[in-house]
Amino acid sequence: MRPLSTGCLVRNDWICGEYLRSRRSELQDALTQHITLTLVAVLVGLAVAVPLAILARRLHLTQVILGAATVIYTIPSVALFSFFIPFTGISATTVAIGLVLYSLTVLVRNVVAGLDAVPDDVVEAARGMGMGPTRMMLGVQLPLALPAIMAGVRIATVSTISLTTVGGIIDSGGLGNLIFGGLQTTFRAQVLTASVLCVVLAIAADLVLLGVQRMITPWQRVASR
Amino acid sequence: MTPMGAFGDVVAWLTDPDHWHGSAGIPARTWEHLVLSGTSLAVVCALALPLALWLGHIGKGGALAINVTNIGRAVPVFAVLVLLAIGPLGLGATATIVALILFGIPPVLTNAYVGMREVDRDTVEAARGMGMTGWQTLRQVELPLALPLILTGIRLAAVQIIATATLGAFVLGGGLGRFINSGFGRQDQAELVSGAVLVAALALTVEGAFELLQRRLDPRRRVARLSDRRV
Repeated sequence: MRPLSTGCLVRNDWICGEYLRSRRSELQDALTQHITLTLVAVLVGLAVAVPLAILARRLHLTQVILGAATVIYTIPSVALFSFFIPFTGISATTVAIGLVLYSLTVLVRNVVAGLDAVPDDVVEAARGMGMGPTRMMLGVQLPLALPAIMAGVRIATVSTISLTTVGGIIDSGGLGNLIFGGLQTTFRAQVLTASVLCVVLAIAADLVLLGVQRMITPWQRVASR
Repeated sequence: MTPMGAFGDVVAWLTDPDHWHGSAGIPARTWEHLVLSGTSLAVVCALALPLALWLGHIGKGGALAINVTNIGRAVPVFAVLVLLAIGPLGLGATATIVALILFGIPPVLTNAYVGMREVDRDTVEAARGMGMTGWQTLRQVELPLALPLILTGIRLAAVQIIATATLGAFVLGGGLGRFINSGFGRQDQAELVSGAVLVAALALTVEGAFELLQRRLDPRRRVARLSDRRV
């Protein structure tokens, strides 16, 4: 066996196989938390954004809602997380609330844009066929807005994966924990590995969502052929 | 501590005269934040604008200009900041400025490029037909028409840079993020939340200032105003 003092961990190399082997479970835990936070942020964001966008359009409040979304989006993430610390403490909940708010701002914008882009003729035709507002929304308007909504979901997901790292500052940022921890201990292999994993996760998520988008909007595939 | 108690503590912290002077006071930290951000934004514009305008003018490099935004979105700012700080640049302002520039470039490059390409081709053809040179077309036709999107890109970059500069405090880069950083370190919730209030206020002020600037500089809106006056 090689003496430990010549190992890449001791030399503090950027790339270190020994690190990958010895910290495997730590990396898996961080990755799991990262994915969980992202899923919560995007799914809760979507569950709020769709009804919010529909309501905003019906009450002619789109400008107000989009203005509020811009305000939230402008607040830097560390500051947004910090605002919730008096309420939810140094916890994953604090980070999750911040991430939900960010994904919500992206999603609501795209849902509104998608619904606005549904041609008036189509809405008229649906009304002429005797469709009520609920059936029209579920059967006509939302399906036609799907490409724009999915584009929003992809942007929100990739941005959330990137932003989650900032949660590392309050010890609840998935891979960000390893990045922030590595900053304090100048642990190069840990910071680089966690950073690369983040980017890989973002690209993988985007590809999966692209596949989902193609699957649920088959008519677009036909059109582009 | 109750949330309402926290609110009172934050007000007390922000109105404490001791926090308003000295090299670590609120005005000094705000100035630091603005200088860091302003310098970086100037460098970003100097690098990205000529490239975007040129690529847009000759109609090439679209994939690069668009993909740069996707890459900027997928790569975590915080990770790059930490990598730079524990790498060759070391802790401090240099690592922060480099990260600010790297993440300021995508919005400026992409928006300016798209702005140039979205200029009506017929208009450009007409300018050429009138005998304008490439440079004249760029300066007198394409640039003014692309201005709204160019400004949008600069605004997005400014907001992004202010946010990244806040993170820079965690690698000892200075600025208003220092209050948040030291609030965490000392477990002083009043300082932490006050720092967050100051950062949010600065970001929103800059966003608002750009919104006003955009309204003043948008040529089409100006034309609309002019014709209003004539009618």
